[in-house]
Amino acid sequence: MIPVNFDYESPSTLAEALKLLASREDAKVLAGGHSLLPAMKLRLAQPALLVDIGRIAGLSYIRESNDQILVGAMTTHADIASSKLLQRSSPLLSQAATQIGDTQVRNRGTIGGSLAQAHPGADYPAAVLALDAQIIAAGPSGERVIAATAFFVGMFTTALRPDEIITEVRVPKTENESVVYKKHHHPASGYAVVGVAVRLKVSGGKIESAALGLSGVSQNAYRATAVEKALRGKPVAAIREAAAHAAENIEALGDYYASAEYRKHLATVMTRRALEQAASGAAK
Amino acid sequence: MAQNGKPTSKSNGKSNGTRNGDAAPWVGRKLKRKEDPRLIQGISHYTDDLKLPRMLHCVLVRSPYAHAEVGAIRTDAARAVHGVVGVFTAEDVSSIGMVPCAIQMPDLKVPKHPVLATERVRYVGEPVAVVVAEDLYAARDAAELVEVDYEPLHVITNMEKALGNETSYVHEEFRSNKAFTHALKNGDIAAAFKKADRVVKQRMINQRLAPIAMETRAVLAEYLPGEKRLTVWNSTQIPHLLRTQISVMLGLPETAVRVIAPEVGGGFGSKLNVYAEDGIVPWLAMKLGRPVRWSETRRENFASTIHGRDTINDVELAVKKDGTVLGLRVRILADLGAYHQLLTPLIPQLTALMLAGCYKFPAIDIEIQGVFTNKMSTDAYRGAGRPEATYIVERIMDIAAHELNIDSAEFRLKNFPQSKEFPFNTVTGLTYDSAKYQESLKKALQLAGYDALRRRQKNGLKQGKYYGVGVSTYVEICAIGPSAATPAGGWESATVRIEPTGKVTLLTGASPHGQGEETTFAQLIADQLGIDPDDVNVVHGDTLAVPYGIGTFGSRATAVGGTAAYLATQKLKAKLATLAAHLLGAKPGDITIGRRVLTAKGSKKSIPFREVVMAAYTARSIPAGFEPGLEATHFFEPSNFTFPFGAHIASVEVDPETGEVKLEKYVAVDDCGNVLNPLLVDGQIQGGIAQGIGQAMWEELIYNEEGQLVTGTLMDYALPKAHFLPNFTLDRTVTPSPVNPMGVKGVGEAGTIASTPCMVNAVCDALASLGIRHIEMPLKPERVWQAISHAQAAPREPEPLLVGALAASAARKNAQKPARRRT
Ligand SMILES: Cc1cc2nc3c(=O)[nH]c(=O)nc-3n(C[C@H](O)[C@H](O)[C@H](O)COP(=O)(O)OP(=O)(O)OC[C@H]3O[C@@H](n4cnc5c(N)ncnc54)[C@H](O)[C@@H]3O)c2cc1C
Repeated sequence: MIPVNFDYESPSTLAEALKLLASREDAKVLAGGHSLLPAMKLRLAQPALLVDIGRIAGLSYIRESNDQILVGAMTTHADIASSKLLQRSSPLLSQAATQIGDTQVRNRGTIGGSLAQAHPGADYPAAVLALDAQIIAAGPSGERVIAATAFFVGMFTTALRPDEIITEVRVPKTENESVVYKKHHHPASGYAVVGVAVRLKVSGGKIESAALGLSGVSQNAYRATAVEKALRGKPVAAIREAAAHAAENIEALGDYYASAEYRKHLATVMTRRALEQAASGAAK
Repeated sequence: MAQNGKPTSKSNGKSNGTRNGDAAPWVGRKLKRKEDPRLIQGISHYTDDLKLPRMLHCVLVRSPYAHAEVGAIRTDAARAVHGVVGVFTAEDVSSIGMVPCAIQMPDLKVPKHPVLATERVRYVGEPVAVVVAEDLYAARDAAELVEVDYEPLHVITNMEKALGNETSYVHEEFRSNKAFTHALKNGDIAAAFKKADRVVKQRMINQRLAPIAMETRAVLAEYLPGEKRLTVWNSTQIPHLLRTQISVMLGLPETAVRVIAPEVGGGFGSKLNVYAEDGIVPWLAMKLGRPVRWSETRRENFASTIHGRDTINDVELAVKKDGTVLGLRVRILADLGAYHQLLTPLIPQLTALMLAGCYKFPAIDIEIQGVFTNKMSTDAYRGAGRPEATYIVERIMDIAAHELNIDSAEFRLKNFPQSKEFPFNTVTGLTYDSAKYQESLKKALQLAGYDALRRRQKNGLKQGKYYGVGVSTYVEICAIGPSAATPAGGWESATVRIEPTGKVTLLTGASPHGQGEETTFAQLIADQLGIDPDDVNVVHGDTLAVPYGIGTFGSRATAVGGTAAYLATQKLKAKLATLAAHLLGAKPGDITIGRRVLTAKGSKKSIPFREVVMAAYTARSIPAGFEPGLEATHFFEPSNFTFPFGAHIASVEVDPETGEVKLEKYVAVDDCGNVLNPLLVDGQIQGGIAQGIGQAMWEELIYNEEGQLVTGTLMDYALPKAHFLPNFTLDRTVTPSPVNPMGVKGVGEAGTIASTPCMVNAVCDALASLGIRHIEMPLKPERVWQAISHAQAAPREPEPLLVGALAASAARKNAQKPARRRT
């Protein structure tokens, strides 16, 4: 439980942080520390420099901007879970946050850290995919907007460059849609064995649009586009059949707790149930 | 003497700690634990909290291979790390004696078990070298630089393969992986099976578990060469036995060794042991002339602290059509791991002893083989052999009930001995002290609303809902135990000293580590002497302060250690009476001890307790021959074990689509004899049930084929969490034990023993209509789902209730079941 030697800096501005990050090849951003520090204690991660972005003012916020909600990268899971604004205008993120880990994890862990970590069983990835969220990354040459759908590229791998820092996540308001997050918790880690995020718009008994993000099933979270396609313009009764495509052509993970076959099965069942719940919510 | 405090989940804070009238005894009250304020505030001291001047730290270098030849070990780079004081390998520590095994059996193979591996390593995590440094950081960095040449060997992880075509061995010298065989046979088993209308067969696996005490192991040692005194602080359940073993391992006079068990954060049996580090750390302190501390990491705790369970059981029950059990045949393979720890070969024997459960089996036939594998040793884990036995009996009883189409509660009631049959001699050679099995089961059925649950189950099926009701009854063996039946003495010691001011010191040989005896023992002494529990200071865990004791395990502390305290107190009461009589001019026989006062019967003259006590110390007016002072010691040797029992009922719903199990209701009626403190008894039951359900549902220590631990962290190994479980409904019956004067039995392991089969019975019951009879633990959703999918794919064939056709049908049925893979 003793990490290797490392240096530690806690800059007070983003510019300073970016500079420090670029100053050494094996420098790493430290946010809530709830993924990074455990890995360091087991010596699985051995960064030489930690750039703690926790002291930078103005990275933790949840605010409205036109038809979007902007969430600062250092906003904790607990804040996201309890945000009245999100609960009202874009509840999917809050729903996912309430299901993360335990109280300590939610009090320390941040949305920026979780997205950058890209753990295959993390909860936000499914949600930000379903929401078509935008991830804002600051780098030495300025800021860029990464679409959530382009962000997750593999296990613990994202489109983020090593010298970039996530500063913000932008999600749309979903007031006219029905959203549901369903999760099968791993009994030890609490991560999602399967997590299904659904965003559904139903009008006149027909599904106008559907977006689904799935976590846990494979290397990285993905959009269940086949399900979405099978639902679009169809009556709610199409859900059962559509859900069967939830893990189609997906190379599923398998381990001692849940085989690939079972993960795919769970994905299908949970997708159906999430959609049914969303549809019944929408009907009201 | 004890009252039956009615347990509830909510504790009544009002009555706590305040005496409701002088007459009410302390025993039987829900007193909060004296030890809790310091534990909750984090102001007490565990071994890892202790710091000594000039203290060094050490880190063990452990084998990453399950089986390998150990070649050269290069330590230069490690030694060169700034702050490193020394690096030691097997050669350096060759003077340290072997890691001890206390069990003797006629055919037991006892491998050499050096504290650091010599030519071979035999499990992942086996210590190979030790690095000592000024701080933990340097020690940890240097440990990574120790280079060991390993030549990997064939790894043995599967017991059946290990015994099958044996070509490779965990220990070459034995030319066999079989460590022992143990048989227990009684009654005419052949006749029983011949007479049977039905033979119910099932293979069932009791998976390997990790005890996971909240505090991992830790050792701190200091040697004072001038005084020639070695002091060892060790997170142990058995300070005296450890002292003896350390003196043997290090070749020191026992009088030169002092062992202190400071605050110990749980053990569950894992600290009822003597480990390599227990010898290495004191040796380092002596060698280096400085205090040395070692604290286990959680990963080390998974890999290198003993494991529990891990048996494969083939079970056959002979039963008549009317539900009368005739005989039980059990074949057990017990995975011992690579070496014997202190009690490793004993645990399966405890299983054999308890295999009659709470039933009248006319005949029994048990054969156990202990098997060496390339894994960490198994040993005593909460329940130690009894949960395994209860699982076997309660599962096969349930399967039989389903096969015979008899209600599982009725089936049990039919086969219990009646309460008037106690003391009851079992077919395994034990004498159960006292019990009312019918009463506890009926109470549980009533509390659970059993009939309504059954009705709901029936109706549920019509709506595609799978409700299950699990019944499990149990009897366990506690108060371990008569010395003749234990490896290192089964008695316990107590010294009670009334100090001159009237405060009382109890020195107990039991070494509580979370059970709360500082509170319960104070309660029982307070009642005897007419004082308050706060007047009694319970001292334990320091071999220099406390007379030799055996320790806390096997639900023995209260029944054996508490009885010793009780009996030592009786000696003091006699002394107090003699002195009070002398001071009051009365006869000792006429003196009664009241609340803080001693009174002579006839004259009604009285004298305050404190005055009598002081008189014993000033000794100016004492009767002839009266020894000054007020101190008495008792070594209590129990005449028998005690046998607590109970009945548990679980109600579950299984999601047929995902295999997820929802535990809706859990009812436990336990009988541990008289109850000293209902709050602590409920606490033990509560935690025990959670731990037992943990085995049924989530916990599994998996070694892969390379002998690597797959579930060796708390992110992989699933312990039960509070929010996984509903509130339990706890109640009890009280059947005092005749074995000791307080009529107490023991409760530390009960919950763990009953709840595992209860939970599995409930889930299998929920799915019985699909033709599912058994699912291996843990009941992971995928396993349950697999079982359901297979059952749905292969519709159940009707089974004729015909002798002869039975074996064939059972075989066919087993063949249909999904392969039970052991990983
Ligand atoms: C016991 C436990 C249970 C958990 N259960 C769950 C769960 O159920 N679901 C779940 O989703 N998660 C779970 N987590 C993970 C938790 O949510 C972490 O907090 C999260 O994954 C990482 O966030 P963090 O702020 O702690 O990041 P850190 O640990 O500080 O950093 C993680 C990684 O992201 C990088 N990073 C951090 N912030 C930024 C940034 N702004 N820009 C660029 N890179 C950055 C770091 O360099 C590092 O590589 C669990 C963690 C623990 C310890």
